[in-house]
Amino acid sequence: MTFTQSLLEALESLSGNKLRSGLTVLGIVIGVAAVIAMLAVGRGAEESITGSISSIGTNLLFVFSGDAGGPPGRNGGSGNNDRPLTLADAKAIADPFAAPSVQSVAPALQGNGTVTFAGENSSTTIQGVTPEYASVRNLEVAEGEFLNEEQLLGRMSVVVLGPETADNLFGRHEGVVGETIRIEGQPFRVIGVLVAKGGGAFGSEDNSVYIPFTTAQARLTRRGARDEVDIIFVQAASAENVLQASEEIANILRQRHRTPIGDDDFTIFTQQDFLSTFETITGVLTIFLGGIAGISLLVGGIGIMNIMLVSVTERTREIGLRKALGARKRDILLQFLTESSLLSLIGGVIGVIFGWLIGLIVGQIAAASDTNFTPVVGADAILLSTSFSALIGLFFGIYPASRAANLEPVEALRYE
Amino acid sequence: MDWVIEARGLTKTYKMGEIEVEALRDVSFQIERGEILAIMGPSGSGKSTLMNTLGCLDRPTSGDYLLDSEAVSNMNDDQLASIRNRKVGFVFQSFNLLPRMTAIGNVELPLRYAGLTEDRRERAIQALEAVGLKDRMTHRPYELSGGQQQRVAIARAIVPNPSIIMADEPTGNLDSKVGKDIMSLLLNLNRERGTTLIIVTHDPVIAEQTQRIIRLRDGYLESNSQEKKVKAKQ
Repeated sequence: MTFTQSLLEALESLSGNKLRSGLTVLGIVIGVAAVIAMLAVGRGAEESITGSISSIGTNLLFVFSGDAGGPPGRNGGSGNNDRPLTLADAKAIADPFAAPSVQSVAPALQGNGTVTFAGENSSTTIQGVTPEYASVRNLEVAEGEFLNEEQLLGRMSVVVLGPETADNLFGRHEGVVGETIRIEGQPFRVIGVLVAKGGGAFGSEDNSVYIPFTTAQARLTRRGARDEVDIIFVQAASAENVLQASEEIANILRQRHRTPIGDDDFTIFTQQDFLSTFETITGVLTIFLGGIAGISLLVGGIGIMNIMLVSVTERTREIGLRKALGARKRDILLQFLTESSLLSLIGGVIGVIFGWLIGLIVGQIAAASDTNFTPVVGADAILLSTSFSALIGLFFGIYPASRAANLEPVEALRYE
Repeated sequence: MDWVIEARGLTKTYKMGEIEVEALRDVSFQIERGEILAIMGPSGSGKSTLMNTLGCLDRPTSGDYLLDSEAVSNMNDDQLASIRNRKVGFVFQSFNLLPRMTAIGNVELPLRYAGLTEDRRERAIQALEAVGLKDRMTHRPYELSGGQQQRVAIARAIVPNPSIIMADEPTGNLDSKVGKDIMSLLLNLNRERGTTLIIVTHDPVIAEQTQRIIRLRDGYLESNSQEKKVKAKQ
C-alpha cells in the first residue's frame, strides 16, 4: 500500500464522519489558533516597541546622576551623597581624546511647566538643550529651525515646539513660527516646530518645548549657579562603539567625581539595555503563553487519541477483513497513523487561519484606536504550529494504531 | 497427485481461562487442485477453526499444513498476511464489504495490499465482469442488493487469482433464489478458472452440489466422503 493511497483512504474515512472529525480537531484548532495569535500579537508588540526605542535616537547612551545598579543601602538609588552631573562633566565626555568612541554629547535640563498663548494653557515638559540635541535624539524640524549656537550663547528667549504642544496652543502645528508664547509667564518667540514621532515608550516627546540650555539655566531653574544638568545624552560613533563609549564615559566620571570602582554615583543606560530589558519581559511572556497553548495542544492530542481508540473499536471487523485480504501489521498501523496525523494537520491548518484572523482583528482594533501596532504572522510560526500539530496527531495516534495493528484477524472478523 | 492442500495431524487448542479447549484433534486430509468441497458439522464441531486454519488466518497448535506446498504452520504474522493475499480468497456470510468504498474499490483492495499499482484497475474490472457486475462498478455497497453485494465479494475473492476460495456460508444471508444464483456462480468460476472451492455450510442442499463432504464432530474428522465420490465419478 503506497503512501498516497493511504492518504486518500484516510481522507475518505475522515470525510465519512465529518461531524465527529470536526469536533475531534477542535482542541487542536483552538491550540494552534492561540499559538498563532499569541505569536502575531507578541511580535507586533515587539516591533512596535523596538521601533519606538530606536526612534529615540541611534547608538544612544543616557547618563543620569545616582547609582541605579549599586548595592542597596549604601549608595543605591539617588542617594544624598551623589554628586550631580554638571556641564563640566558633559564637556569632559565630549573630549575626543578621553572618549574617542563618543560622537556627540547633549546635556539637558528637564522640568514640567505651563505654556500659554492667547489664553490657551498647556502643561508640557520643558527641555533646556543644546543644538546637538536634535541630531542626538533624531529630531526633525517640520517648520522653521532648531536652536543654534548663537541662541545658546546669547541666552535668547526662543523656543522650538513639539507638534502636540503646538496643537494644544494654536489648534494647528503649521504657520506658528514667529508667534510669541509664554513659558512660566515669560515670553518666548517660536522659531520652529518638530515632526511628530508618535507616542514613544518614554512619554510623548511630541508634547515638549525645547529652549536653549543657558536660557533654561538662567531663567527657569534655581540651579543656575551650580551648572547642574539633569541628564546627558551621548551618541556613540557607531553601534559597535556603544559599549566602549559607556566604559570611557564611566572612567571620565569616576575620575571627575573621585569615586571608587563599584561605588559609582551615576548610571549609564544604553538603548541596548532598554532593548534587553524589554526582551527579557517578552521572553517570559512568550514562554508563559506558549505553555498555555502547549497545554491546549496536549488536550487536543488526547482528544484525538480518544476518538481514534473509539474508531479502532468500531472498525474492528473492517480491520479483520483487511487482514484477511492480506494487510500486514504495518499496513494497518500506517492507515491509522495517517488518519490521526491528517486529522490534526487539518486542525492545525484551520487553527492557523483562525489565529491569523484573530491577529487581523486585533490589528484592526489597534488601528481604530490609533495605536501604532500591527500583529505579524510569520511563516515560521505557521510552519512550526502546523508541523507540531501533525506531530501531535502522530504521537497520540501511535497507541490506537498499534492496537489496531495487533488485533488477531480471527477475533477481529468475529467481532460484532 | 496435485494436492493444493495437505493437512497432517492438525490440532488446535484454545485456552479459555483455566480450561483448555481442543477445537481440532488430529485432523488429516488432502484436497486436490480444482476440487469443490464442503466442510460440515454442528456448531462447536471445530469447523470455523478448521476454516480459519485452512484460510491461513490462524496457525495450528501442532500438525503440518501445506498450502500449495508452502508450510504455513511455522509462518509469522506478516508471512501469513502475504500468503492470504496471494493464495486465499474469502467469501463471508455477511459479505464484509467496506461501506465507504465503491464496488471497484472493494475489489481492488487485495491488489492494493499486494503492492500492485499498474493493471490494478483492469484486473478489478475483469473480476467484476466475471461476476456480471461490470455496470455496477461505481456503486457503493448500500446501493446494491444482497446478491449483488455477495457478487462483489466474490469478485474481490477471485481478483488475486488465489489457489483456494474459502466461502463461509456464502448463501446464509440470501433468500433461496438468490442463494442458488450465487452457488451456480461459484461453481461456474470453479469450472472456468479451476480454482479450488471450499464451502463451509450447514445447508445439506449446498453440500450436495460439491464433490466431497468433510464432516467434523467434536474436533475430530468424522467422515471424509472422498472415496465414494471419486468412485461415483468413475
